[in-house]
Amino acid sequence: MPSNPITTEERTLPVTESKEHITSPSLKGNASELRDLEAGLDNLQSDVGRKRGIDWKRVLLPILALVVLILAWQFYVSLGLKRRDQVPGPLDVLNQLVVLWGEGKVQESVWTSLQRGLIGFLISVVVATPVGLLLAQVAPLRRAFGPLISGLQVLPSVAWVPAAIIWFGLTDATVYFVVLMGAIPSIINGLISGVDQIPPQYRSVGTVLGANRLQMALQIILPAALPGYIGGLKQGWAFSWRSLMAAEIIAVGGTIGFGLGSLLDQGRALSDMAIVMSAILLILFVGILIELLVFGPIEKRLLQRRGLLAGSSR
Amino acid sequence: MPVVLENLGKRFGDGAPVLDDVNATIAKGEFVALLGASGCGKSTLLNIMAGLEKPTSGALEVPSDGAAFMFQDASLFPWLTARGNIELALQLADKSSTKASRRERANELLELVHLGGAGDKRPHELSGGMRQRVALARSLAQDRQLLLMDEPFAALDAITRDLLHDELERIWKETGRTIVFVTHNVREAVRLGQRVLLLSSRPGRVVAEWDVTEEHRTDAGRAGELTGVITRRLREEIRRHAK
Repeated sequence: MPSNPITTEERTLPVTESKEHITSPSLKGNASELRDLEAGLDNLQSDVGRKRGIDWKRVLLPILALVVLILAWQFYVSLGLKRRDQVPGPLDVLNQLVVLWGEGKVQESVWTSLQRGLIGFLISVVVATPVGLLLAQVAPLRRAFGPLISGLQVLPSVAWVPAAIIWFGLTDATVYFVVLMGAIPSIINGLISGVDQIPPQYRSVGTVLGANRLQMALQIILPAALPGYIGGLKQGWAFSWRSLMAAEIIAVGGTIGFGLGSLLDQGRALSDMAIVMSAILLILFVGILIELLVFGPIEKRLLQRRGLLAGSSR
Repeated sequence: MPVVLENLGKRFGDGAPVLDDVNATIAKGEFVALLGASGCGKSTLLNIMAGLEKPTSGALEVPSDGAAFMFQDASLFPWLTARGNIELALQLADKSSTKASRRERANELLELVHLGGAGDKRPHELSGGMRQRVALARSLAQDRQLLLMDEPFAALDAITRDLLHDELERIWKETGRTIVFVTHNVREAVRLGQRVLLLSSRPGRVVAEWDVTEEHRTDAGRAGELTGVITRRLREEIRRHAK
């Protein structure tokens, strides 16, 4: 806008109009001028959107770290300090993996375990979410059951394996029971601590806006607690994956299928270190994959949308 | 009379009373500035009017449908966009409304606070002043006659605050709301209120009252005079606690 018209407007601003259109003694200007001022401030003060392409450092750095680790491993093995069958080198393990793949064992064990882990995890989420919300929202319930839930989270879920075998025999039920006992308490605890960290103001806003108990829980508490809840889910997944491996190692045979834990146990029985290492690497690999493909993106998106990512090293 | 406060008192636990014998009436469509030093129980009084807290003594009369409330910090929900925040308020206010009607109304309200283009932005992408305008639009979405405002502009820079004063005044005139505006800033109280109530500290009580006339609004000299008078009275009130 040229500067001339503004000054004329300013000069010709009639005194009578300002009587009707009340203006602050401290602010002088007409409506459209103020509107421009406001728009200018808005543009100056709000965030400029930043868009980035693929960040290659994010992809290359982890690969580089992996290469360094494998080289170090190979170096250690080539020193010949230990017998080769006790500490196999990277190539031995790779060969073993190829053999196992050829036998179809890799596919079978990964698929069996992953399927169980995911189904067990999903059941845990469905059970733990309402329970967690209820405990977080109803004080007497939380006082009554809170310590128990925290205790269950500390209790290693492997401890349930003997009991589960006695109750359910060598069936899939045993595996699922152990997985649920591992994952449910940690998801509940994650949700509760997420709810605890909600700024009290949000509840006041909810009350003022006229939310009832259910609306408060579903439309305000749950979304507000989402970062903590996702943290709990992540931990819940870790717990169910670990519990699953423990259960599969201990409970072998019966109608229990062949999972990664079973592969590990088989390697131990055959004293074949290459199989053991292969199984460990596969278990690790699945864990990394789930983090990279599922939780990582969800968490990142969540934090980004809430403006919590600035300055973090993610 | 939308708001009547009678001998209202409030104490937390066994402590000294925060509010004691507060009396005030606020007429429909009136803009009242509630002025007091920090810690005088202004916010508590406002919370009581909003139904967030209960008085320990006395009686109060507020509109049966409750009050809209605007907090000192915008307290927008960070998981919703600016428009989403307003739509949530509309949804909670009227459960039977349709999604399309809420969206339309939210856009209207955003236009009203001059934020038509920022509906899809998230709170963290907005400036403090813009956030407060979204919060204002959200409190208007509640569609209550009474609007309670708890130092809503205290954390803003001077230029933004001046702008929001103009905007609030315009919206007040357009919507005919009854507004109770809590502040510790005398200039702000004189700028906005038709009436200024001074609340004493510990216990909080309405100790003085001034009418802000049309003349004060148009004549900077008169406004400054009144500001001076009120400031002196406020300082007197604070000095009482020096001993």
